[in-house]
Amino acid sequence: MSRFEYAPAPESRSIVKLQPSYGLFINGEFVDGAGSFKTISPASEEVLAEVAEASTADVDRAVKAARRAYTDVWGPMPGRERAKYLFRIARIIAERSRELAVLETLNNGKPIKESRDVDVPLAAAHFFYYAGWADKLPYAGYGSDPRPLGVAGQVIPWNFPLLMLAWKIAPALAAGNTVVLKPAETTPLTALLFAEICQQAELPPGVVNIVTGAGETGAAVVNHPDVDKVAFTGSTEVGRIIARAVAGTKKKVTLELGGKAANIVFDDAAIDQAVEGIVTGIFFNQGHVCCAGSRLLVQESVADQLLESLKRRMATLRVGDPLDKNTDVGAINSAEQLARIKALAEIGSAEGAERWSPACELPERGFWFAPTIFTGVSQAHRIAREEIFGPVLSVLTFRTPGEAVEKANNTPYGLSAGVWSEKGSRILAIADQLRAGVVWANTFNKFDPTSPFGGYKESGYGREGGRHGLEAYLAG
Amino acid sequence: MPAKKKESADSVASATRVTAGGVAVAPRLAVRKTYKLFIGGAFPRSESGRTYVVADSKGQFVANAAQASRKDARDAVLAARAAFGKWSGATAYNKGQVIYRIAEMLEARRDEFAALEVPASEVDEAIDRLVWYAGWTDKLAQVVGGANPVAGPYFNISSPEPSGVVAVVAPSEPTLLGLVSVIAPAIATGNTVIVITDAPRVAITLAEVLATSDVPGGVVNILTGSAAEVAPWLASHSDVNGLDLTGLADAKLALELEQAAAETLKRVRRPAPAPDWSADPGLAPMTAYLETKTVWHPKGL
Repeated sequence: MSRFEYAPAPESRSIVKLQPSYGLFINGEFVDGAGSFKTISPASEEVLAEVAEASTADVDRAVKAARRAYTDVWGPMPGRERAKYLFRIARIIAERSRELAVLETLNNGKPIKESRDVDVPLAAAHFFYYAGWADKLPYAGYGSDPRPLGVAGQVIPWNFPLLMLAWKIAPALAAGNTVVLKPAETTPLTALLFAEICQQAELPPGVVNIVTGAGETGAAVVNHPDVDKVAFTGSTEVGRIIARAVAGTKKKVTLELGGKAANIVFDDAAIDQAVEGIVTGIFFNQGHVCCAGSRLLVQESVADQLLESLKRRMATLRVGDPLDKNTDVGAINSAEQLARIKALAEIGSAEGAERWSPACELPERGFWFAPTIFTGVSQAHRIAREEIFGPVLSVLTFRTPGEAVEKANNTPYGLSAGVWSEKGSRILAIADQLRAGVVWANTFNKFDPTSPFGGYKESGYGREGGRHGLEAYLAG
Repeated sequence: MPAKKKESADSVASATRVTAGGVAVAPRLAVRKTYKLFIGGAFPRSESGRTYVVADSKGQFVANAAQASRKDARDAVLAARAAFGKWSGATAYNKGQVIYRIAEMLEARRDEFAALEVPASEVDEAIDRLVWYAGWTDKLAQVVGGANPVAGPYFNISSPEPSGVVAVVAPSEPTLLGLVSVIAPAIATGNTVIVITDAPRVAITLAEVLATSDVPGGVVNILTGSAAEVAPWLASHSDVNGLDLTGLADAKLALELEQAAAETLKRVRRPAPAPDWSADPGLAPMTAYLETKTVWHPKGL
């Protein structure tokens, strides 16, 4: 089957008004930082803007502003007034959704159809959902008079910049905390646009502070002695460093870390539907998803048929300009990440797995990696054990349900899993045995503000989303 | 507010207008609003052709309000039932957005309620109450529902679902906050309502807020007139599932209505003894018109 030819359909960039440089957002205003760095579009390597880099002293100013706002304004404010600020923010995100989507795609490299249809609407919905909790905290099941913690220091990754910001800020503010948030080094721009949204919403100064920078800035946020709560989403490696750093302090911590999710396809699954779910599971957002279905476990009797369908489907994926509305797979977020994906893929070949990608023309500039699958993968292979965080699927087979469960759980991670079967009782029995925080059955990569998300084992602790997501931001 | 302004919108007519050339012309006459019913998203007159005189606080005539009849009540039940499927099936997120939109529209029209002598503090409270219920649509199931750890290999989960069509006798006072406090919890949980009220101007102005808030037609229906005349038909109507009497001060009528409702086993909220409409409403106004559905499914390879 040949793929359809499509004329280019690029989304216009004109809606985004990029400034040449951006400051830190501290106490309700943009201020200069100690240093600065350039932020680029990973699809073209074009420099988009110069962004301030926060030093330890800048982070200290931000924490002080957050503390003042917590003590004087936000902490004492009745929940129903806090709620109305959060509803305002939700509405403004929706009103400026197109601008946010284009900016997210520019800075991150993800396809516009994903930033437009997933990241931004979910971010708005997340604020809308937690806005409603602000005046209902005694009903959340965490005591009759739940109290906020104080100042939350939050560090987020580059794979869903605005959405991860929403996951962090919305519940923190709803519960009555103030925040100092550090966006990822490679994707600061939507967080800075969000700062402008806070201004439009007339959020009191200091309630939200955004400090841009790299790992050192993040460490300054996490290690600041006046931070009461640390929330981090990112790699397991950094998660361990944070867990060690906060040991012995009074800081409450939640960590959303890596994953190596098994996507289990039984022989009674609807194969075409499963193929769509496998593609969504690993190629959504270029596989830059901690809960990506990066290990396909397929029952041996249907493996050949399924792989044939999967390859046919992969050949139709359009890789290229993230701003093109027809693009399915965008740019890899950074040169560093591309190097890591390439290195692991080479190790996969060297260890004896069979590599396959559809014929696929990649743009010359920018960071690109073709959708790739490895077959003949064994559990000992590094590509079956390590998180690649790219569009690379490792395929393993199994014969019995018991073997599927054993292989699925044979990982230090435990963030998510997928089960494909037309038999409900089987799905539920398998789900019971999977050591993972989210199990998708006959679907994959579904997210909703009402639904808690988070991992078992070395995928971190704590949950974000839903009623459960409040617990991380309440005393008790 | 200066007393002169308060009289009515007609007062602009009393000023004699003079053209630039100094010639006196007839004063401009204000266009009055006709207060009709609100059924199925439309504003029909009463099928009975009846009206009753509404006066302002000084006893001045302000309107002939529609006086709802038994037929109007039955039409309202049809409209509420027709709207129920789609409204109860709308996502919780969507229902929350719509109810929040009512709050936005009410905030925008607060002057209209001020003109109807609703105190500003009551308008504030009514808006905030809508915001409170907007936030409940996608949370109530997480508070009153949940997984049940049955002693066997079964997936077992309980979720709330709306009862259906709810007939409500609105409190006479406070007019706006009373109406919002009985309408919002019922629709937040996915029910559709028929409200009987004796505050036609506030109720129909609120209906205009609802009509411009993306609330689907038929989700809220408002009958102005006499509860004593209309409510018995709703209390005994076999296609009505719930009856809210919390706002009814007439104890004898309340008893008759509850007895009539017994025939079809409606879910009834009795009159509140000393209702404080500005207090935290709690969950009872929502859970009164909810059913709990429990789903079992075996687990096994």
